[in-house]
Parts: sequence; C-alpha cells; structure tokens
Amino acid sequence: MNQISTNADAYFAAVMAEFEAFTPKKAQDVSRRGFFKLSAAAGAGLVIAFAVNPKVAEAATAAKEFVPNSFVRVAPDGVITIICKGPEIGQGIKTAFPLIVAEELDAAWSDVKVEQALIMPDIYGRQSAGGSTSIPANWDQLRKAGGVARAMLVSAAAKQWGVKESELTAQDSAVIHAATGRKLKYGELAMKAAALPVPDPATVPFKTRDQYRLLGKSYTGVENLEVVTGKPLFGIDVKLPGMLYAAYEKCPATGGKVASANLDYIKTLPGVKDAFIIEGNGVVSEVMPGVAIVADSTWAAFRAKAALQIKWDESNASKDSWTKSVTKAHEIAGKRGDTVIYSKGDVEGTFKGAAKTVEAFYSYPFVPHATLEPQNTTAWLKTDSKGDSLEMWIPSQTSDRAKTQVAKILGLKESQCTLHQTRAGGGFGRRLVNDPACEAAAIAQRVPNTPIKLTWTREDDMRHDFYRVGGFHNLRGALDAKGKLVGWSNHFITFTTDGKNPVTGGNFPNEEFPLPLLAASETTQTMLPLMTPCGAWRAPRSNGIAFAVQSFINELAVAAGRDHIEFFLEILGEPRHLPPQTIATLNTGRAADVVKLAAEKAGWGKTMPKGRGLGFGFHFSHAGHVAEIAEVSVDANNKITVHKLTVAADIGPIINMSGAINQCQGAAVDGVSTMMNLMVNIENGRVLEGNFTEYPILRMKDAPQVDVHFIQSNNLPTGLGEPALPPAMPAIANAVFAASGRRLRSMPLRQAGLTT
Amino acid sequence: MATVTINGTVHDLSQIDPSTPLLWVLRDNLDLVGAKYGCGIAQCGACTVHLNGQAIRACSTPIGSIAGQTVTTIEGLAKDGKLHPLQQAWIDNDVAQCGYCQAGQIMTAAALLERKPKPTDAEIDDAMTGNLCRCGTYVRIRKAIHDAADKGGAA
Repeated sequence: MNQISTNADAYFAAVMAEFEAFTPKKAQDVSRRGFFKLSAAAGAGLVIAFAVNPKVAEAATAAKEFVPNSFVRVAPDGVITIICKGPEIGQGIKTAFPLIVAEELDAAWSDVKVEQALIMPDIYGRQSAGGSTSIPANWDQLRKAGGVARAMLVSAAAKQWGVKESELTAQDSAVIHAATGRKLKYGELAMKAAALPVPDPATVPFKTRDQYRLLGKSYTGVENLEVVTGKPLFGIDVKLPGMLYAAYEKCPATGGKVASANLDYIKTLPGVKDAFIIEGNGVVSEVMPGVAIVADSTWAAFRAKAALQIKWDESNASKDSWTKSVTKAHEIAGKRGDTVIYSKGDVEGTFKGAAKTVEAFYSYPFVPHATLEPQNTTAWLKTDSKGDSLEMWIPSQTSDRAKTQVAKILGLKESQCTLHQTRAGGGFGRRLVNDPACEAAAIAQRVPNTPIKLTWTREDDMRHDFYRVGGFHNLRGALDAKGKLVGWSNHFITFTTDGKNPVTGGNFPNEEFPLPLLAASETTQTMLPLMTPCGAWRAPRSNGIAFAVQSFINELAVAAGRDHIEFFLEILGEPRHLPPQTIATLNTGRAADVVKLAAEKAGWGKTMPKGRGLGFGFHFSHAGHVAEIAEVSVDANNKITVHKLTVAADIGPIINMSGAINQCQGAAVDGVSTMMNLMVNIENGRVLEGNFTEYPILRMKDAPQVDVHFIQSNNLPTGLGEPALPPAMPAIANAVFAASGRRLRSMPLRQAGLTT
Repeated sequence: MATVTINGTVHDLSQIDPSTPLLWVLRDNLDLVGAKYGCGIAQCGACTVHLNGQAIRACSTPIGSIAGQTVTTIEGLAKDGKLHPLQQAWIDNDVAQCGYCQAGQIMTAAALLERKPKPTDAEIDDAMTGNLCRCGTYVRIRKAIHDAADKGGAA
C-alpha cells in the first residue's frame, strides 16, 4: 500500500522554481537596439530550439518548405506557419506568441497560420503557462526565431539580386530593394533560403521598438472562428475511433482510501464496460486512490458513478474544518505570531510614540478554480511486440511536466510518450497540476489499446482542487502627528501541511508593500495545520494579501483624515526601483504613474451622489504595476452595484492590445465575482460546495463596465493573466466604505449580508 | 421510431436510452461537440442549443422528451456558408478568452435576437443570465450582441 501524501507543496515549489529560472531577472530597455543574450537556464532551451525538430524537418523537406528553426515554416505558396510552443488557456498566447515571431520576421499577419507544438521540451525548452511568465520568459526566444528566419530570407534575396544585404529591407512577407524597386515575396525566396546555413542567432539583432509594425495593435484570437462555430478544440472534445469514456471517484475527504465498493453491481449497469479500484501512487498531484468506471458514453460513466457505493477508509484522511480555523485565528489574532518573518526598525517604539494607531482583522476563504471546462484527459496506451507507447491529449498548463509524470507512472520512457496540448477551457492555475492526466494514464493502463477519455464531473472538479488557501491578517498601523504612516505590523495567520512551511499560495513575501518603504515594519506568522491540498490560484498570495493590505491602507488614510491616493503616493515616496532591481521588485515610479493615471481616468475626487462612492486599490505582482478604481453604490437594502472599474497598468509594451484589454476586463470581473460571492466551506475534510448553485460565479447582469488604460513603458513586456486581479478586491471594499460607511474586512462580502 | 431533427438532418435515436441528456447524444454519439458540459444541472448554459427555436439546456433535456422535434446547435447556426451575424460579431470583438462558454452564449443570444431584434442592455442581461463566463468576457458579449443587432442580427 502506498503512503498517502496530500501535500502538493513540493510539486508547486518545483513548478515555481522553473518559472523563476526561465524568466529574465534584469530590467530591460526595449527602446534600444539589442543583441541576444540569455541566462544560462533559458539558453539551454534556446540553442536546442534552433536545432530543428527532426520530425518537422523531415515533413518540411517532403513539403518543400523553408524551416529555419522549430518555430517557423515558410512554404513556396507564401503561407507562413508559426508554431506556438505553449498552451492556450484563455490568456491569449496562441495569438501573442506568433505575433512576436511575425514581428521580427516582418511577416504580414494575414499570411500567418498558427500550429500548436507537440510537447517536446528537448526541442522547445519550457512549454508551460503560469505565473504570468509566458511573455517575459519567451520574448527573446520568439523574437530570435523570427529574426533568424528574416535574416536568411534577406540573405537569399541578396544572393539572387547580387546586392549587399545592407541595401535590403523586409516588410509584409517580402524583401525589398529600395534602390531598384525590386521585391521578392518570402514564398518565392523560401527554397533559396532553405539552402543557406542558419546564422548564429547571437549575430542577428532585434528590431527596436519604433520599428514595430504588428505589436501593440489589436488582433482577434487566431482560433476565434473555430470557437464560434463549435469546432473540437478543447481536451474534452477529443474523439478517437473506439474510444471509451471514464469517470473516477475519489474520497471526498482528501487522503481517504477505498475499503470496498459495489463493483459487481456497477458492472451490470447499462453501457458500463468495466469498473475497478485504482490504488494510485498516493501522491495528491498524481493519482490518489479511487474507483474508475469505463463505459461506452460519458453519460453512462457518470450515471454509474452516481450509483457507486464506496466504503472509504478515512483513518488517515483530512479532518480539516474551516469554521474551527476561523475561530482559532480570531483567538490568536491579537498576539504576535509564532515566528518573525520580516522586521525592520523599532516597531514597538514607533507604535508607542505614534499620534494615532489603527488595528483591524482581515480574512479570506478557500476558493476553487472552477475552470468552466472540467478536468479531463484522453489517454491511449498502445501495447505492441515492438514496444509500448502512450499518446495523450491534455488541456494542461504544464503538459511538459505531465510527460515526465505519466512516463514514470506507466514505467515508460518519455520518448515512448506523445503528448498533444489542446486548448484549455480556463486555467487560473488549476491546470498547473496534472492529476487528471495521471489518473487517465493509470486508467488507460488497465484498458490497453483503447483510447480512454476521462472526464471529471463538475462536483469532482470543485471538490478535488488545489485551492486558494484562506488566510487572516491582523494589521496594525501607526500614524505620526501629521498623519503620515510611520509604523506597520501584520500578524499573518496561514496554514501548513508539513509543519515547517506555509502551503502553496500561503506564504507572505518578505518585501511585500509597504514593508520596505517604512522605517519600522514587521510581519509575524502563525501556521494552522491543514491537509486540504492548496495551489496556485490566479495571482497566488496577492489575491488575498492585496485585499487586506490595500483595504487597511484606506482605513489608515481615513483615520489620518487624508485623501487615500495622496496618502498612498506619500508611502511610495521618490521614484526608485527597489533592490535587487529585478522585474519582481516594486518600482515606486511606475507604481505612482499608474495610480495617477487611474485617478485621472476615473475622475477621482469628483462629487458623488449619496450611496455611491469611489474606492482605490493598487498591487504589484507578477512584474505588473496595476491600479484600479471601483465605482460602487450600496442601497438601503444592502444591495451592491459595481458600476465601473477603471484599470491602469504598466506591463511594458503591449503585444496584442485587444487581448491585453480582455485580460484586464476579465480579471476585474473575476475580482468582483470573488469579492462578492465566492468561497467554499470545508468541514470534516470535505469541501461542501459542488456546483454553481452553491458557488455563484458572477453573471452578466452584475458585471461592471471595465475601462482599461496602459502605460507602455520601455520595460521588458510582462504577463497579464494575473496582475490585474488583486487590486480589484480592495478597490471594491474601499468603494463600499466610501458609499456606505461600512468597512468590510472579510471576503466574500455576501457573508455580511450584501448582495449583488 | 424516435427521431430528432438536428441541424436539418433527421436522426434515428431509438437505440439510445431515452433518459440520456441531449448534450451527451450530441457530443458522444453525433460528434457535435460545440455544446459543452459545464455543470450538468442547467446552471452554466455552456450546453445551450435551440429546441424549436428556443434556447434550452441540453444537459438537462432527456432525448426521450424531444422526439419529433427540431434542434439547432452551434454547428448549424451558420447558414449557406455564411456566419450568423453574432458569430461574426464575436470574432470582430475578439470576445473569447478561453472560449469554452462562447458557443452557449451565442446560442442564447441568437434566440434573444429572434425575439427582440434590438435588445436593450437590460434585455440582454436578462436573457443572458443563465450563461456563465468564468473568464469574465461579459462586457464584450454585451457589445457583440448590440453590434450584431445593429447589423440585422436575427439572421
């Protein structure tokens, strides 16, 4: 019997470390002409990516295409195929990645077709999406892929015309000799370019920002036609000849095992082909114990699943209780935490000498990701006298990791596994974990030579997640006689599974705003025990911290009798990039700029009718500086209407303006949804909520108008899947206070009787 | 014989258990996967199709209850090779993020425009309230419906 581990923290630590390793640390000035320099970690991936995937090269030779590297193919008919290496999960990289390649290639966007790469980390390097790192981590590699291809096409034209390369320019999929007015389309040059040696990528310069023709404009998503006509795009849409459909039931309390199940009865049900217990490897991020049902349709599998009677052995299962945790947190909030995790200056002395002090307790609950496409994977284990092979179709954010995991589980080499990354119906961090893929592989192993599609029910999805961990902050602030913030203290109460470290998403960053900006500040921490697996939920840590910290800043401004934004800008102080000046550290100048822009666009300071107010929130996370202002009204029946959110963001240059605005609008709506309504209760180790009746995601009638503004600074372009979410929550809470005088310190607001 | 007309084709479904929801017949038996599974209890609208022109939730509609009737799915919305104005408006406004809910959104909106060719914001909100978008694309959905309506969207 395997040891059961409900702790996914080590898995997440490895995922995060990988994101960290592949993301550039240093600030870049993208207005300048640059050559290609890589960190050691990214370099290994890149060099290989320029060695063309042998399978692709073979196909290209057959099709008579020019294939300078594993990202670009140019056919003689002029069609330019750009390969998207990473997964599309709704964040827009299947459009943004090819745009970056096309920009440096000087391709006409209308000539471009986009293909999804197979999972081949040995060729492409990292092929995952998370931490809003896709753009900064791949920016150089993708630009270089396009630039090398362009250089070779230019070189081919120079040879054909017998002119110097320096006399030539490229534009709209063509090389132009301005002196003679001659022009050759890329298609016409393709086979000549194919005969040339691939130049050292380091010798090909990047375009400067003022030379961009494609980036920064608006593009509709490359798969939008397929989306609106209902074509099979998603993992759940996969259909293969002879495919069977699987469902999988696990213990509702994490860590339980199957003692017995009514398998004989289940096997008699209509459409059921087989039912069996899977012991699993006991790893919560891979395969936990459960009962698998294989049937001739999804409906037959689901219906049989509902008829399962399983006796669970819960001797080592979770007994977690949210209500008990809340009670405990209230009990200990006013004390100092067990450990000091940040300390600067004389905190107690500062509080003793303060003109005024403020104390408040904030909390937020557990939330699931609730991607609209439930977890699923199709797996096909082919056994053959020549050797086994596994083929899988996975809607995952980390299919590259899945390859390693499923190979291990089935005892195969990675070279025996072919993984297709499908479009994913939402990610939000849920699909960083490949438990559904591992389960599908384990089921396929029991039904070899038959494609098996495992689909989770909505209830499975909501009750077997890696949750955003709940948290508590007992905050204290000290103001001097002028109403300036001079001291800060936070007793942060979080959770631990291993007894040593906070769970994933439950750690408090040392240098979190405003700690390093004050002369006296501290964070102490207490950890409560937990078995429920936690993970990365859109803007991990920040999605809770921003609510507590930025709401409390507003409380302090009110206590000081000062305007919130003026008070906030004073805390930021002079424009400077905090040490060690990486893309992960706050730049107070960029912060102040977005705050001022949001204030201007939202009409901060304007007179509001009774019952209506503006609230402000700022947060820096995932390399993005974002300020938001909410306009909210609260009526006599405590009905809240969020009329508008104004978003101002600096993430450097924008790749696809339409996609960028969409991400901000979506994050703002997600913020309203989470702020107003969303939580799950955990009792006796079980997540009680199972479907949207109990987990009421925001509906259209309650969605605000969202106005989005960007400052396109000359910094490295960074990601936008996450950083626009955290400021929305405090902006709403602060607007509720401005509108009604009610200070709400616990998410979601519906707990306090407020409704949308 | 239990037949259902789906996108203009008559299908004999007498071999399928009549309690089976239309959604799974479409997806697993007929390879029409545009209608999506999101909740299974008519709460999210991702499975929305038209039954005799009305928007319904395919996940909660047993096929035994619709014998002899007419179903249109997202795959049957475009006519004569031309996209429905809503489909075009969805592309023009770049509505989708993950895209999973969008076929259901479009089917609900198409039924709305048949009833109300020029809906107000309030009428749109009211009609679309059964369709969840986890990515939060509501602002663009509303705009796309107005755009399609302005171009004579009840195609």
